[in-house]
Amino acid sequence: MLFHSILFYVFAAIMFGAALGVVFSRNPVHSVMLLVLTFFNAAVLWLMAEAEFLAIVLVLVYVGAVMVLFLFVVMMLDVNVEAAKRGLTRYAPFGIAIALLMVVELMQLIWLRSQVGDTVGGFVPNPEGYSNTKALGSVLYTEHVYAFEIAAVILLLAIIAAITLTMRKRPGLKVQNIAKQVGVRAKDRIRVVKMDAEKKS
Amino acid sequence: MADFFAGLVPGFVWDIWNSLPPLVQYLTVTVWKILFLTIGVILIVAFSTYFERKVIGSMQARVGPNRVGPLGLLQPFADVIKLLIKEVIVPSQSSKFLFVVAPLLSLTPALATWAVIPLNNWYVIADINAGLLYVLALTSVGVYGVILAGWATNSKYALLGAMRSAAQIVAYEIAMGFALVGVLMASGSLNLGAIVEAQSGGFSQWFLLPLLPLFVVYWISGVAETNRAPFDVAEGESEIVAGFHVEYSGVAFAVFFLAEYANMVLISTLTAIFFLGGWASPFEGWTFLNDISWLAWLTVGGLPWLFAKMCLFMYTFFWLRATFPRYRYDQIMRLGWKVFIPVTIVWIAVEGAMAWFHIGPWSGLSA
Repeated sequence: MLFHSILFYVFAAIMFGAALGVVFSRNPVHSVMLLVLTFFNAAVLWLMAEAEFLAIVLVLVYVGAVMVLFLFVVMMLDVNVEAAKRGLTRYAPFGIAIALLMVVELMQLIWLRSQVGDTVGGFVPNPEGYSNTKALGSVLYTEHVYAFEIAAVILLLAIIAAITLTMRKRPGLKVQNIAKQVGVRAKDRIRVVKMDAEKKS
Repeated sequence: MADFFAGLVPGFVWDIWNSLPPLVQYLTVTVWKILFLTIGVILIVAFSTYFERKVIGSMQARVGPNRVGPLGLLQPFADVIKLLIKEVIVPSQSSKFLFVVAPLLSLTPALATWAVIPLNNWYVIADINAGLLYVLALTSVGVYGVILAGWATNSKYALLGAMRSAAQIVAYEIAMGFALVGVLMASGSLNLGAIVEAQSGGFSQWFLLPLLPLFVVYWISGVAETNRAPFDVAEGESEIVAGFHVEYSGVAFAVFFLAEYANMVLISTLTAIFFLGGWASPFEGWTFLNDISWLAWLTVGGLPWLFAKMCLFMYTFFWLRATFPRYRYDQIMRLGWKVFIPVTIVWIAVEGAMAWFHIGPWSGLSA
């Protein structure tokens, strides 16, 4: 158990440091990479709490997809570091207020849990052969199927909205007709002419 | 696994081993497994460069490397030594830390994914339940090496290559993930060992035929994910010199090279596991083979079968490279988003409907 605690504090410390780095780093690309590190450590902490599915999905979705797009956008931007620094001091009060609110919420949750179950015994390890993914899937598609479907529809709506916002017809835009390009045969473009050899005069 | 080693070592060694505490036993076994697997993968990578040059050579009516060692077999080692003694040049305006870290970021996921891959019925480093998700998660992390290399170099060619590669990898990852959903539905498990077990019983039980569209999508997406020809626009020598690794030299370039080939080996092995029954023998259940003494080994599954299937796909990689011209960039995007993703979604729906109505090989699934 001591080993477990040491690991927890090591990963938590790295995560904390990386999260601070995200805010204070001067370079936006470094910030994004530190955020990736934060997510990785969060995933490790979840693994230690035996939430394998959530941990792997965190890496898959956030590290593998969302942060790649972030990096993509940040690399394209020509960010003025000085302007960003001015923003930091201006938005700091809001940030602190939100952080405090989240701390209060977490404390409430912990307090609620302490009222319901025992906190002294700690966390009971899952039995051998217990599959986190299976357990999650079997409630997600039965008990919570409506919530799940509604969430899916909302996400779909967001995708369609994003595409509609960026799809505007510009005048004079040249677009290829792929089907036509693929359908081209040699005889449409070249004509083979048979002719006799000419005599040198 | 225990009975495999029991015959190999003398009894007293076995007694000492059994007296060790379980944690020590576990750590020793795991470290040795990791060591053997990593060395194996690196050796396969080394010889696949030789294999590639020989295959492409023969397709282009050349002999390929034949100077270093018998038949040129020591060529990979000569190449590695040459790369190791070259100087690593770091461009002056680059982001130095990320420039050095980028090759490692592309190599680490390529090697770490091997942790969940079963080589035979006992050789797997981490036999976890969510193995397939782990594979998806780690293969999606590999793109960071490419993007960071392109950005840290501070060169427009490298950045262009990184952008192309990132867009391509993100696009094809979705099709790959969907193709794996089909495998997951057919096998009923996320554990790679269980996926192989679900395909046991010979060639007819493999997912290759029932999931043929998904197999084609997965394999082509795999070629695109590894940035190999005909999808190698990330490197596109003819227009952006060498893409994301244009400024890399010496060991740093060697690490990128290693990562690319390790990824190819990985994709080949994964395709073999998901669609060709992994380490299972194609002749399993052909009982008449057992009566012929010199053919009986054909029905036994194991690492040689996985290796053979992997080699088949590696050969296909090289074959594709020697055959096809490079895709145009907009056509790559069109193929990924407008062809592969709809194909996989339709086939998943077909598979679901067939499982529901108890038709075909998935009839036992709906339980």
